[in-house]
Amino acid sequence: MEIVRSNRKSTAAAADSVPALSLYRSAPSLEVRLEEFELYAIDRLRVLKGISDGLSRGKKPDEMEKLVSELWRVNMRHQDANEVMNKDIISHFVLRLVYCRTEDLRKWFLSMETTLFRYRFRLEGSESQRALMTDFNLPYKPLSHAEYEGVKEELSQVARSIGLPHNADSMFFKVHFEEVPELVATRKVFIQKGYAYVAMNQVASLVVTQFRSHLSKALVLTNRKWMSSIRDQEKDRLTPIVEAMSSSYLGPDYSQPKESTEISLKDIDQVANSSFPLCMRHLFEKLRETHHLKHGGRMQLGLFLKGVGLSLDDALAFWRAEFSQNVGSERFDKEYAYSIRHNYGKEGKRTDYTPYSCQKIISSTPGTGDHHGCPYRNFSEENLRAALRRMGVGERPMEEVMERVRNRHYQLACTLTFEAVHGTSCDSGVNHPNQYLSLSQRAMQSKVRGSSCPLTISAVIGDPCVDLGPTHQPTSPSVG
Amino acid sequence: MEIDVCPPEQRQPNMSIEGFHADYLKVFYGKLFPHADIFKWMSYGNDGKHPACDQSYFGRREFSFTLDNDIYIRFQSFSNATEMENAIKEKCPFKIDLGAVYSVDPPKRHAYAGNNVFTPVERELVFDIDMSDYDDVRHCCSGADVCSDCWPLMTAAIKVMDTALRDDFGFSHILWVFSGRRGVHCWVCDGRARRLSDEQRSAVADYFRVYKGHENGLKKVSFVGPALHPFLVRSYNDVLKSFFEEDMLPSQSLLANEARYQKILDLIPDESTTSEIRDKWNSNRRSSISKEDVNIARWEQLKHALQSSKQKGLRRCVEEIVFSYTYPRLDIEVSKRMNHLLKAPFCVHPKTGRVCVPIDPRRCDEFDPGKVPTLSELLGELNDMDRVRADSSSGLPAEEWERTSLGKYIRFFRSSFLQPLLKSCKEELEGSYSAKLRQSKDSLGW
Repeated sequence: MEIVRSNRKSTAAAADSVPALSLYRSAPSLEVRLEEFELYAIDRLRVLKGISDGLSRGKKPDEMEKLVSELWRVNMRHQDANEVMNKDIISHFVLRLVYCRTEDLRKWFLSMETTLFRYRFRLEGSESQRALMTDFNLPYKPLSHAEYEGVKEELSQVARSIGLPHNADSMFFKVHFEEVPELVATRKVFIQKGYAYVAMNQVASLVVTQFRSHLSKALVLTNRKWMSSIRDQEKDRLTPIVEAMSSSYLGPDYSQPKESTEISLKDIDQVANSSFPLCMRHLFEKLRETHHLKHGGRMQLGLFLKGVGLSLDDALAFWRAEFSQNVGSERFDKEYAYSIRHNYGKEGKRTDYTPYSCQKIISSTPGTGDHHGCPYRNFSEENLRAALRRMGVGERPMEEVMERVRNRHYQLACTLTFEAVHGTSCDSGVNHPNQYLSLSQRAMQSKVRGSSCPLTISAVIGDPCVDLGPTHQPTSPSVG
Repeated sequence: MEIDVCPPEQRQPNMSIEGFHADYLKVFYGKLFPHADIFKWMSYGNDGKHPACDQSYFGRREFSFTLDNDIYIRFQSFSNATEMENAIKEKCPFKIDLGAVYSVDPPKRHAYAGNNVFTPVERELVFDIDMSDYDDVRHCCSGADVCSDCWPLMTAAIKVMDTALRDDFGFSHILWVFSGRRGVHCWVCDGRARRLSDEQRSAVADYFRVYKGHENGLKKVSFVGPALHPFLVRSYNDVLKSFFEEDMLPSQSLLANEARYQKILDLIPDESTTSEIRDKWNSNRRSSISKEDVNIARWEQLKHALQSSKQKGLRRCVEEIVFSYTYPRLDIEVSKRMNHLLKAPFCVHPKTGRVCVPIDPRRCDEFDPGKVPTLSELLGELNDMDRVRADSSSGLPAEEWERTSLGKYIRFFRSSFLQPLLKSCKEELEGSYSAKLRQSKDSLGW
C-alpha cells in the first residue's frame, strides 16, 4: 500500500463524523494482516459477484438497490464500527490489485464497483449526499435564484419529459455538459451554452461518472505498478493470493457433506429424478442405460455423489452394480474400483477430491462418447429442449431458459430450470451441482412440511441452512 | 498549361471526367486547392511565434490519402505547410481525409512500445449526414441522386443541428461542408469540442439521436412522456413543423396517393383512427382540388383527427410523424470516436467532380448542390483567364483561384470560419500561457 497523502478517510475518529462512502482516492496507510488481506477481499468479492449476478438477471433499479444493501450488510460488516470503513477501503484496494491485470478483468471490476457505488450513494439521504459531494470536490455550482428564474420553464419541461415531478424547491446545479455524459446522451438535462442544469435527484449520475473515470484511470496505473514492481516484490506473499482470487469459486466445496443431505442407494433413482441438476441427471441416465461412463463422466458424477453423501462402500456397490453389467465385475474390481477409492482419498496421495463447481464443469471439453460437461453449453437446442421437457419444464419457462443459453448464461439457464421444476424462486442462483441438489431437497421438504422455507442470502455464501431436525426422507415419489 | 477541355458552351454539368482525372487534379492542387488555409486551420494557432505555441502540434495530425486505383495510405503527417503542400501536389490524392491529432507523430507510432502511448489527443467533433439515409421518405430520387426537391432535407438538418450546437452546447467555430454528392459534413472546431473524449462525443451524438432507424416494428421515432425536451420542442417549432407542412408534404406528395399515405398511416398505432381516415381519403379521391393542396388539406385532417383523439398512444403522433420524416439522420458512428477519419473540405468528389465547398448555415436555404463548381468547370475558367491574360498585356499576378467560381467559397471559409477561429485560438493559447506563468510564480512564493 502506498503512503497516503491525505488520510481523511483512513481512520475514523468517530463513526458519524466520517462519511459512509469512500471515493477510494488514495490507498490507506494501514497495516493489514495477511489473513485480513485475503478475507476482506473475498467478502467484497462476494458482494461484487452478487451484483454481477443481479445485473445479468436484469434486475430493475429498485431491486438492485435492495440487493446491494443486503449484500453489503451481510458481507461487509465488522464487530468494531471503526473497522467497517477500513474493511471497505482495504478490500477495495486489494481487489484493485487482483483485477487490474487484464483488460477484461479491469472492465468487469470497473463495472461492478461503479454499480456498487451508484447504489450505495442512492441509499444515502440527500443531506448526506450533498455532504459527500462537497467532500469529493466535484465541479458543480448551485444555481443562483436569478439563474434559476431564467431557465425554470425549460427545467420544468425536461422534468416532465422524463416523467419526474418538478419541485420548485428542488436544488439545481450548473455543470459543464462534459461532466454528465449520461444525462446529455439521454436528454435528461436541459443544456444551454455548454452548461447542463442538473437536478438534485440526478446528482448521483454526476458523482458516479466522476467515480468511474477516476477508478478507470487508477486501474491502469495500478496495473503498471503491479507489472513493474509489486508482482515481483510480493511473489512469495501476496502475488499467489492475488493471482488465485480472480478465478475462485466462492461457495462451499461440499467436500464434507452435511448429514441432512446424505442419501442412500435405495433412494438414488428417486433423488436423481427429482433433485439432480441436468448435468448429473444426464450422466446418471447414461450410466443406467449403457452401464458405463468414460473417465470424465465418472469423475464428475462420482465426486458429485460423494458430495451428496454417498459413502465409499455405497459408491463402490453402486458403480460395481452398473459396470459389471458391461465389463464384468472382475474387470470392475481390477480397473475401476481403485479410482473410486482414489476419489474418496483412500489411495495414492490421499487427496480428498472436491466435487466440481459449475465453473469447472462448464469449462470442461467433452469429446466423442463423453457425457460430462454442462448440457446447457454442449447440447444441441433440440436435445436440450427434449431433456428439459423430460424434467418437467413447461413451454414458457423453456423459452426463457433457451434465451439464457443463447446468451451463454448457462448457470442462469440452470437456475431457471430449477425454478420451473420446483415452482419456487432461487435467488442465490446455481453455482454448484451439489448446491442445486441441496436447494432442491430443501424446497421439496418444505413443500412436504406445508410451508415455504425462505431462501436467505446466506445461501450465496454457503452458510448452513436452517436446521431441519432429524433427517427427513420424503415418503412419496418426488414432488415435481 | 492548357488542358484540353470543352469550351464553356459545350460543357455539360455532370460530364464524366474519368481518365483525365489525375491530370485535372494536378492543376487543381497546383492552382486552386487552398493549401495554406488548410494548414492554418489544422495548426489552430500553433504555427505562430508565441512561446505558448506547440511546434509539434501540426506534425501530430493524421492525414490520409486515397490515391488512384484505390490505394489508401493512412498515418501520414507533415511538419509544416510546405511539406504538406508538396506531398499533395506530388501524390495528387483522389481524396484527402483528416484524422485526429495524436500523442506522437503518426508515422512514428510503432517506435513507441506498449499500450496507451499512441492515442488520439484532439479531434474536431464531426457529423456526417447522407441523403441516402432518407431514401424511405423521399420519392423523387434514391441512392446517389439528389435534386432540388429532396435537398431541403439537408437544409432542415443543418438548421436543427447548427442551432443546437451553438445554443445548447455553446460551440461557435462550426464549419458545414458539402460532401460533394449527396450530403453534408459538420466540423466543430472549438477547443472544448476537440478535447472531448470518445465517451463525451458519444453523448453529444446520442443527444442528437431521435431517429432510431429500422426496428422490428415500423415505428422509428417514439415520444413518450407528457412533454418533449426543449431541444426537440425548439427544433419542431422553429424548423421541422413548417418544413414538413409547407415544403416536404407538397414537394414529395406525401399524402397524394394510397401508396404514399399508407406509409404515414403505418406510423399511427390506432387502427380505428387510421381506417376512419383512410375511408375518408378513399372516398375523396376524385376531388377537384389541385395536386398541391391535396397533401396539405389531408395533413390538416389527419392532424385534427390525431390531436382531438382521446386515445392515449396518439398524444404525440403528429410530432412523431414530422420527426420521422424530417429530423436529421446522422451516421452516429462517425461522431463517436476520435480516430474516425473524415474527408477534408475542398476535395473534389471523384464521382461528380464537384468540390466539397463550405455551406453558410445562415443562408443554407440558398445552397444548391447542382450549382457547386466542378473540377472541369474550374479548369475551363482557368483556361479562359489564361487566354484573357495572354491577349491583354496586364501582368497583374492575381491569385488565380480568386477569380474562379471557387473564389467566393474560399473567401467565405476565411472570413466566416478561419479568421474568427484563429483569433480565438490565439487568445486561448496566450491566456493559458499567462495562467501557467502566474501559477508557477505563485508556487515560488514561500
